[in-house]
Amino acid sequence: MLEIKNLHVKLEEEDKQILKGVNLTVEAGKVHAIMGPNGSGKSTLSYVLSGKDGYAVTEGSATLEGADILDMEPEERAAAGIFLAFQYPVEIPGVGNMTFLRTAVNSQRKARGQDEMSATEFLKVIRAKAKDLQIDAEMLKRPVNVGFSGGEKKRNEILQMAMLEPKMCILDETDSGLDVDAMKLVADGVNALRDEGRGFLVITHYQRLLDHIKPDVVHIMADGRIIKTGGPELALEVEHNGYADILAEVA
Amino acid sequence: MALPQIKQDATEVRLAALDLPKGGWAQAAREDALARVRAMGLPSGRDEYWKYTRPDTLVQPDAPKASLLETDETLIFDDVDRLKIVFVDGVFSAAESDDLAMEHVSIDRLADAPDIHWAKDHYGVLETRGQTPVQRPLATLNTAFATDGLLIQVTGKAPKPISVIYRHESETSDAILHHVVKIENGAELTLLENGPAAARFNKCMEVEIADGGVFHHIRAQGRDHERRAATAIFTRLGEESVFKSFTLTANGVLTRNECVIELTGDNAVAHVAGACVGDGDFHHDDTVFITHDALNCESRQVFKKVLRNGATGVFQGKILVKQGAQKTDGYQISQSLLLDEDSQFLAKPELEIYADDVVCSHGSTSGAIDEEGLFYLRSRGIEEGPATDLLTIAFLAEAVMEIEDQAIQDEINSRVEAWLSRRRG
Ligand SMILES: Nc1ncnc2c1ncn2[C@@H]1O[C@H](COP(=O)(O)OP(=O)(O)O)[C@@H](O)[C@H]1O
Ligand SMILES: [Mg+2]
Repeated sequence: MLEIKNLHVKLEEEDKQILKGVNLTVEAGKVHAIMGPNGSGKSTLSYVLSGKDGYAVTEGSATLEGADILDMEPEERAAAGIFLAFQYPVEIPGVGNMTFLRTAVNSQRKARGQDEMSATEFLKVIRAKAKDLQIDAEMLKRPVNVGFSGGEKKRNEILQMAMLEPKMCILDETDSGLDVDAMKLVADGVNALRDEGRGFLVITHYQRLLDHIKPDVVHIMADGRIIKTGGPELALEVEHNGYADILAEVA
Repeated sequence: MALPQIKQDATEVRLAALDLPKGGWAQAAREDALARVRAMGLPSGRDEYWKYTRPDTLVQPDAPKASLLETDETLIFDDVDRLKIVFVDGVFSAAESDDLAMEHVSIDRLADAPDIHWAKDHYGVLETRGQTPVQRPLATLNTAFATDGLLIQVTGKAPKPISVIYRHESETSDAILHHVVKIENGAELTLLENGPAAARFNKCMEVEIADGGVFHHIRAQGRDHERRAATAIFTRLGEESVFKSFTLTANGVLTRNECVIELTGDNAVAHVAGACVGDGDFHHDDTVFITHDALNCESRQVFKKVLRNGATGVFQGKILVKQGAQKTDGYQISQSLLLDEDSQFLAKPELEIYADDVVCSHGSTSGAIDEEGLFYLRSRGIEEGPATDLLTIAFLAEAVMEIEDQAIQDEINSRVEAWLSRRRG
């Protein structure tokens, strides 16, 4: 599904190398987790995959189902099936959540040559999905993420993911700022989307999200590289011993 | 104080090109206005109040040519159930207008009002009051020379809006219209205005709102690129009355919209808002002066400007809170969204407060499209162009939301959306 080879990324404005040769393949139907200390480059990887400005790829490649995504505009990547649940969802005053989501769904459909979703069909679908995430009608009407609590923002990200049905879901610290109940809700939302045709890359700082979203593979990232890969037990090891041991081990 | 010779000359050149309408009840007010114009002189680029906007083309004797916009779109407000009144290049068109009759409303025309008329006690009165502390000579010129206009008296709740359409057919037309609106105790009216009116348009509107009266005004200034307009609204509000005015301006090489509001009755509410979108050879100036002279009144000024390709936006807004105007709640915001580095926004917000128990806030900003927001929208699959438009319309929302009627809000938004998408080709 997603294949990242020897990816090197630096900041566009500064001579600062952030990713220093990332190799990673996420197969369809699998959940991969990336853990790592703050500043190791996890968010940068998610931004580079989704097409944010400000980063320059100096070496390596990233493909989605064989197609080079690094050359695509952000909206083309989205239509191709990439979705990033933001670590810090952006507030957009003046744009209603519902309008935003319908525009997004229909833009992607148009880009794929599909018919637009009618207003009634859209309403029906979004109501059902919002209900599962305990997002009420009021929240759908409000401007995108404006005045939302941390938990509401994260649930709103998962709602967008559920509506857009991407092939490759990247979640950046979706658990941060969530209490246990909210985390459970978000995890249920993610698990409901687990599917043979869909890949997941779950970025997290802590193991606790992985109790709810069971990963198939766990990677440890440090200083712009994946330094260790293993099964779910690797996350438990981090939980118990922190990153120090692993960092020492590979040093 | 004697006028500088150069100003006096420019004023006389302009006056020589105009004829003072003779006879009728308005004659005294017109002659008084003519004397006042002579005394103050027409605006010049040296005037403090015209620092950001060059008045010369508004003052020169002939209207600069303005070609007509070619479009097959329907006019805004066409779907509204309304009483329609049409002026073509400033000339009333009986054929295109409805009967000037509606329950609780009396409508006459300045050009043919009978000899005895209620407007005699109002014509030019608020305009004259509005000359202090800042002079507005173009409005005084208007009082002297207006060729026509509407005299609207409202005694109850008007069953539907009055919609004035200003069509523009001649490339060199120079129109001067003056309306007087009188909202009696507890009466209500919505006035819609749209269209470019003329190559050059000088419009003055005086609105007297008695206790408990409600006046809503929504206007869309015509899209003809080369049209020029100098408009002024003067309003005075009685106790518990409401004045709400919104203006959409898309295109127009030069627009100066002045609004002078006096809150003289307790608990009155005045909102004035504007959304403008300009591209290239576009200069738009909103100049507002609000005087709080009663207890517990609220005023809001919300002005948003979207500027691209070297367009210029100006905002001069003042809140004056007089001694004794306690519990005043004044809010003023003026913001511009600059879609490129060539465009500019000049703002002069002012507060002058002589009461101690008041809340007044004002803010002015100028900025580009929010890159974070843009990326967020694009990452969800919305293309850059439509995503930018979405953010642009969102930027204007605070002003557009000042319109109470949801259907009209929607229509304004869809007009702006069309304007933006035309620019993306
Ligand atoms: N836009 C940016 N400008 C400056 N430094 C950046 C930028 N993006 C990332 N960095 C730097 O790159 C490193 C990796 O950051 P990030 O990808 O956010 O790490 P993580 O998500 O693993 O905490 C950090 O040192 C961070 O300060
Ligand atoms: Mg991060």
